[in-house]
Amino acid sequence: MARPKLKGHVINRDWCKGCGICVHFCPKRVLELDEHDKVVAARPQDCVCCKLCELRCPDLAIEVATEQE
Amino acid sequence: MAIKDYIREKFFPHIWCPGCGHGIALNGLLHAVENMGLKKNDVVMVSGIGCSSRIAGYLDFHTLHTIHGRALAFAIGVKMSRPELTLLAPMGDGDALSIGGNHFIHACRRNIDMTAIVMNNKVYGMTGGQYSPLSGYGTMATTAPYSNIDQQFDVVDMATAAGATFVARTTAYHVQQMADILEEAIRHKGFSVVEVMTPCPTYFGRKNREGSAVDMMEKLKTMTTPIGSKAKQENPALIERGVFVKKEMPEYCAEYQKIIERATKGN
Amino acid sequence: MGGRLTFVQGNEACVEAALYAGLDFFAGYPITPSTEIAELMSVRLPQKGARFMQMEDEIASICAIIGASLTGSKVMTATSGPGFSLMQEGLGYAIMAEIPCVIVDVQRGGPSTGLPTKVSQGDINQARWGVHGDHSIIALTASNHQDVFAMTVEAFNFSETYRTPVILLFDEVVGHMRERLLIPESGEIPLVERLKTSVREGVDYHPYLPREDGRLPMSDFGGVHRYNVTGLFHDMWGFPSDNPQVVHELLRHLVDKIESHVDEVTRFREYYLDDAELLLISYGSAARSALHVVMDRRQHGERIGLLELQTLWPFPTALVQEKAKHARYVVVVEMNMGQVLQSVKVAVDRPERVFLANRVDGVLITPFDIRNILRLIQGKGV
Repeated sequence: MARPKLKGHVINRDWCKGCGICVHFCPKRVLELDEHDKVVAARPQDCVCCKLCELRCPDLAIEVATEQE
Repeated sequence: MAIKDYIREKFFPHIWCPGCGHGIALNGLLHAVENMGLKKNDVVMVSGIGCSSRIAGYLDFHTLHTIHGRALAFAIGVKMSRPELTLLAPMGDGDALSIGGNHFIHACRRNIDMTAIVMNNKVYGMTGGQYSPLSGYGTMATTAPYSNIDQQFDVVDMATAAGATFVARTTAYHVQQMADILEEAIRHKGFSVVEVMTPCPTYFGRKNREGSAVDMMEKLKTMTTPIGSKAKQENPALIERGVFVKKEMPEYCAEYQKIIERATKGN
Repeated sequence: MGGRLTFVQGNEACVEAALYAGLDFFAGYPITPSTEIAELMSVRLPQKGARFMQMEDEIASICAIIGASLTGSKVMTATSGPGFSLMQEGLGYAIMAEIPCVIVDVQRGGPSTGLPTKVSQGDINQARWGVHGDHSIIALTASNHQDVFAMTVEAFNFSETYRTPVILLFDEVVGHMRERLLIPESGEIPLVERLKTSVREGVDYHPYLPREDGRLPMSDFGGVHRYNVTGLFHDMWGFPSDNPQVVHELLRHLVDKIESHVDEVTRFREYYLDDAELLLISYGSAARSALHVVMDRRQHGERIGLLELQTLWPFPTALVQEKAKHARYVVVVEMNMGQVLQSVKVAVDRPERVFLANRVDGVLITPFDIRNILRLIQGKGV
């Protein structure tokens, strides 16, 4: 199966409450909270598109947009 | 359909606190529903009262936000009148097993086709952190300032004993398992109970010094184990997760259809 | 006039009427003296392809019928005092969410377990104010089986017309007594069917936006409109709101939709009121004894009449005031400590002329009891 390729992290800053769950459990440490306690993709190049951040977000605030390679 | 097509976006961001496990349960449910490709007009969601019950307002189904503890009783009326509809009944732990405990066990017993989702955060959140029948001995709560002396129910044991034909447990940490189990539960023809252990960092976590939402999620990882694992044999304190019961039994609406056939034969 | 002549209990008359009105779903829990209603429903409903369910308690019963009503079904539950107490929260929900349903309370002696097998009319004010919070309610009663039938059909019609729960306040004597009942031919009594929305799929539907006439067209759960139903104050889409204006308008709508239609929902019977100096006001089984007294005293030339109330709530204040205008004495005959008496005193011009003839010991008030009380009021001694 083709590996999905990252298009980008779609982050809804209005919905993000800064709980930090996505940041902590990201296996590749792609995400960070900014100075407003909102999630940002600091190292998108490291993302393996596992989508665990998307699945674990309590606020439906992050989506990992992908395309098939 | 995309996940977002199943929600009422205008009400977001939702009411729940930062890091609330109920949001993760909502997320998991959305993935299950999307994966099944359920039609929105075919789904009725019935909730009770409490933090958990607010989930109904966020989903673009036929939604019935009822009274405390009675979600299953309302849901039964809907299902009996329109058996072809898919019924989802998300409830909190106090909602389902304290004030709604009687409805819960009788719904299990009848095996009526619907999915009860017990979003168990071990606390009454909406009213500010009182102990629930799932808090457990020794926990702290605003109504247990000297520690709780109430023993807890085990949702899985209780649902199993009461006769539910699908019983499972998962957690807000194990999101892929959660979506898979919820899908299996919804597909099951009969009364399904899924306990989703959800962290409440605001009240349970704070009162019991369990740290942040992240810490509580870590704890869900370390304190649970798959059913029948070796880890469980070594550490009996671990809480098992997975599908405990899955069996075929006569479903209530189908049985009532037979009653109608019997009754009309006499006409 | 055709129909089918039967000899039945009042509880059976109620069942026949509910079936006549098009009942689709009944949920209940056994309790004396209403149990025959559930028993008979369990026989009759599946015969017409409809559904009966015995629930785990009365709370579940009222919740189940509310859920069923949302799918477009006509629904009913039946109970007695203790069960009626348990149903109050669900009743309030149906009021707030404007869900048609019919609740039968076959009254027995209370409070608490009270007198399970004996008659009482002690739940009149509970029917009005058992639910917390401001609201209005429709409650009907009857003294004989033909009227039990008629009022039961009316209850369904009113519940559909006003999108509200309607309470049928029968009592143990009416429920268990056997007498003739002529079941009307189909079509003889007009039935009100649920007003369905004409809003098409994809067009914004407002389940809680009343039309100009105050009525709210519904869309069935499972249909093309997905909306929210809640016991919280809510906006026109059914979503929770604590906006003061939304709360203000909804509460007034809930009260006004009934209180502005008192005339339309008032049902009563009157006997010899034209020249009556002594006006008896009664309802339910007590009205049978009151009528007996009136017929008897009329033969002795006494100017006595009876106003038999069938609609108890909203209370027909204007009607009572009008009928009591020329009476020297008004005597309320009821089997409680004066629950309708209170409303009558408020209604009439001279409340000091209003007296109570009651009995609260679980025994049907007799013509003899009433006659003795009348003699006392008239200063004649017993």
